[in-house]
Amino acid sequence: MLAVDGISKSFRGLHAVQNASFEVAEGGIVGLIGPNGAGKTTCFNMIAGVFRPDAGQVRFAGRRIDGWRPDRVCAAGVGRTFQIVKPFAGLSVLDNIVVGALLQSKTVSAAKSDAAEIMEKLGLGAKRDMLASSLTLPDRKRLEVARALATRPKLLLLDEVMAGLRPTECDQIVAVFRELNRAEGLTILLIEHVMRAVMALAQRIVVLHHGEVIARGTPDEVVRNPAVLESYLGEETEV
Amino acid sequence: MIARLLEGVPRRGLVLLAALLALLLVFPTFASGYLLSVGFLILYFAYVGQAWNVMMGFAGQLSLGHSLYVGLGAYAAAALYVHFGVSPWIGLGASIAISVLAGAVIGFLAFRFGVAGVYFAILTIAFAEFARIGFDHFTWVQGSSGFFLPVANYTENDLWNLRGSPTMFYYLMLGMTAGAFVLCHALLRSRMGYYWLAIRESPEAAQALGVNVFRYKMIAVVISAAMTSLAGVVFAFYYNNLFPEQIFHISRSIELILGPIIGGIGTLVGPLVGAFLLTGLAEGMRELMLQLGIDVPGVKQVFYGFCLLLVVVFLPHGVWPPLARVLGLERKG
Amino acid sequence: MPVEIYLNVAASGLLTGLVYGLMALGLSVIFGVVRVVNFAHGEMMTLAMYLTLVLFGATKLDPLILLVPIAAVLFVLGYLLQLGLINPFINRPEHSQFMLLVALALILVNLQLIVFGPDAQGIRTAYSFDSFQLGPLIVDASKVYAAGAALVVAAALFAFFRFTLLGKAIRACADNYDGARVVGLNVKQLYALTFGIGAACVGAAGAMLMVVGDVTPTIGPAYTLLAFVIVITGGLGSMPGALLGGLLIGLTEALGGVLFSPSAKSMFAFALLVLVLLFRPQGILGRKAA
Repeated sequence: MLAVDGISKSFRGLHAVQNASFEVAEGGIVGLIGPNGAGKTTCFNMIAGVFRPDAGQVRFAGRRIDGWRPDRVCAAGVGRTFQIVKPFAGLSVLDNIVVGALLQSKTVSAAKSDAAEIMEKLGLGAKRDMLASSLTLPDRKRLEVARALATRPKLLLLDEVMAGLRPTECDQIVAVFRELNRAEGLTILLIEHVMRAVMALAQRIVVLHHGEVIARGTPDEVVRNPAVLESYLGEETEV
Repeated sequence: MIARLLEGVPRRGLVLLAALLALLLVFPTFASGYLLSVGFLILYFAYVGQAWNVMMGFAGQLSLGHSLYVGLGAYAAAALYVHFGVSPWIGLGASIAISVLAGAVIGFLAFRFGVAGVYFAILTIAFAEFARIGFDHFTWVQGSSGFFLPVANYTENDLWNLRGSPTMFYYLMLGMTAGAFVLCHALLRSRMGYYWLAIRESPEAAQALGVNVFRYKMIAVVISAAMTSLAGVVFAFYYNNLFPEQIFHISRSIELILGPIIGGIGTLVGPLVGAFLLTGLAEGMRELMLQLGIDVPGVKQVFYGFCLLLVVVFLPHGVWPPLARVLGLERKG
Repeated sequence: MPVEIYLNVAASGLLTGLVYGLMALGLSVIFGVVRVVNFAHGEMMTLAMYLTLVLFGATKLDPLILLVPIAAVLFVLGYLLQLGLINPFINRPEHSQFMLLVALALILVNLQLIVFGPDAQGIRTAYSFDSFQLGPLIVDASKVYAAGAALVVAAALFAFFRFTLLGKAIRACADNYDGARVVGLNVKQLYALTFGIGAACVGAAGAMLMVVGDVTPTIGPAYTLLAFVIVITGGLGSMPGALLGGLLIGLTEALGGVLFSPSAKSMFAFALLVLVLLFRPQGILGRKAA
């Protein structure tokens, strides 16, 4: 469904991403991992349209989408969350999600009922009329996800959603994603540091280091890959 | 449709609004002359503040050059009337068209080239100043010497040509203000309204949800410009004279934003409350000073300045939110 | 028109431009460091001009000497303003800060209107009607002296920011607010000092302008705008940029006035502003925002 082909991006001489290629099959869940600064969010930003790749292509459902504006990418079926959450602070929880739902439901009342459904699914029903600015971080993360889901994406890009969540909260959200993937065939590409979530969700993993893809495979394969271990833990030194 | 508009509005709020409307409707029966002109002014600033609010409160763009649209609207309709005898009800089409064009140019330049925040404000000032100086040299409308509309005696009201008594203008302005209020309420409730609020809070998040930020910002700017130009039309036919130095001046721009800022940006009722408070208090103070025999130009403006200062420092969201709480009308917008 | 006229007008414009540049320098320092849009900048300058008027009337001392106490007064004013009123606003949304200063500007302009009246007032010095002749160029002596004073003050300011510890501390705050605090700098104090310095520049510029022209309360807003045009054209955060912008605007206005019509001269400044905002928002000498 998503094919990233040799994309690169530099910022004033810093090569954030170099010649990265990977695929996400329809209905699959792929984890994108790597140490901090590896270029994961930059990849997301290139897929979502925030940046145009300096080189390479991004293909979604057979069409090239690299260089498209973010709203156009979203309309094509790609939803995303932000690593640092961006709630609409002055709006209520429900209204936040309504903004997302309005992409598909053209009337406000239809959007409100869609939004309410998703709100319940993510466990935010009780906080329906609370201002987004008054939510705790875990709830803000849930809101971020709910909003993106409201646009009814075919592919969902999750950027470190689990960071800051307790293990039980993490498990709850993982369960929601698993269910969406199973029941509605939602394709998911997630950036994660929390291994618990990655191992539980991802069918395949892509590892980035210094902007390059250094490993691909199933979770088990990747976890035993020496190059991956080295990138996270550093080289073994002779004593 | 009316039911949908009223949905979610607290009963108490509706009652208060209805009472206010009733009061405003009968006002001219016991007020005349000076008081009536104050009433007109209050409604004028409430209307024009609401129009500005669309750009600022809804789309988050601070315009300090809104006098541009007032002036363009005024001159367009006035010129068509004086030179060709065209009724202002038809002439306003030209007013809207020209203001919309100006707004679209400013919006396009600003949004395409990423001019935001303070820079956007300065850009709007530059355009208004440009118009001020430009119109000073615009001989077809008499430039800096002033453009005058023929003043007739108010024997009867000619609504079609907007020639008539202050009472006629009062009701005209009341209609426009009420209309603007309803329009903005409807807009805020609509899909576009949600998108505007989203853009105001976080343009990147909005984009990631499929909102074409550029398009909606442009729409806000254009609607705001169009609404403001209508105020210009009324201005021209009420005062019957137009001077570029005055109508395009930056103090006009600042004057018209005082209401919504003091009342509360982004709220529907804010501009109304602000206009009532500000103009009411200012004129009241002026009366007081006249009684005391003080007639110094500039005192009113100093008063405005202090009001603005106090509100900005102590009530950053305007007077309306705490007032709404006191009245038991806690709701958004 | 003979070339000499253009040269004279240009020279005159450049000289006045230097004084404008000093005024804009004050704004650049304030905006560059404290990140506050001083919408009351021009009004502060007219305040300084009126102060000069009053002091000159009382002491008959040359304005270029009076600029020292006037700059000092404005310094204190600016310092107190920042410390008392503006500092709490640092974390408020942009338009809030903006409005605060708009309110101040409104109050200042109209207080001046009430106290001094709307008529233009000026001063006559010993050299008000003198001029220098340099080949084909004939320039007003007053403009030359004012421009010279502007250069001296600007140079002093450069030296301050370059070489003194305090100046460096202020630049550190501009570059990195949190970093400066971590290192132990009392940022609020430094902000207040910076605003004071910016205000002092304006004060000095005001005194200089009284040598060159008259004052009315209404030119305050016009100068605020002019200061912004200069700073944005020359480059925010760049001190040479402010001076360069001043020269450019002084030149454009003077030539525009003579080529088209005197009242249309600010149109060119605005046209330039729009072009800069669109195509090179960081200004001619400005650094591009990271």
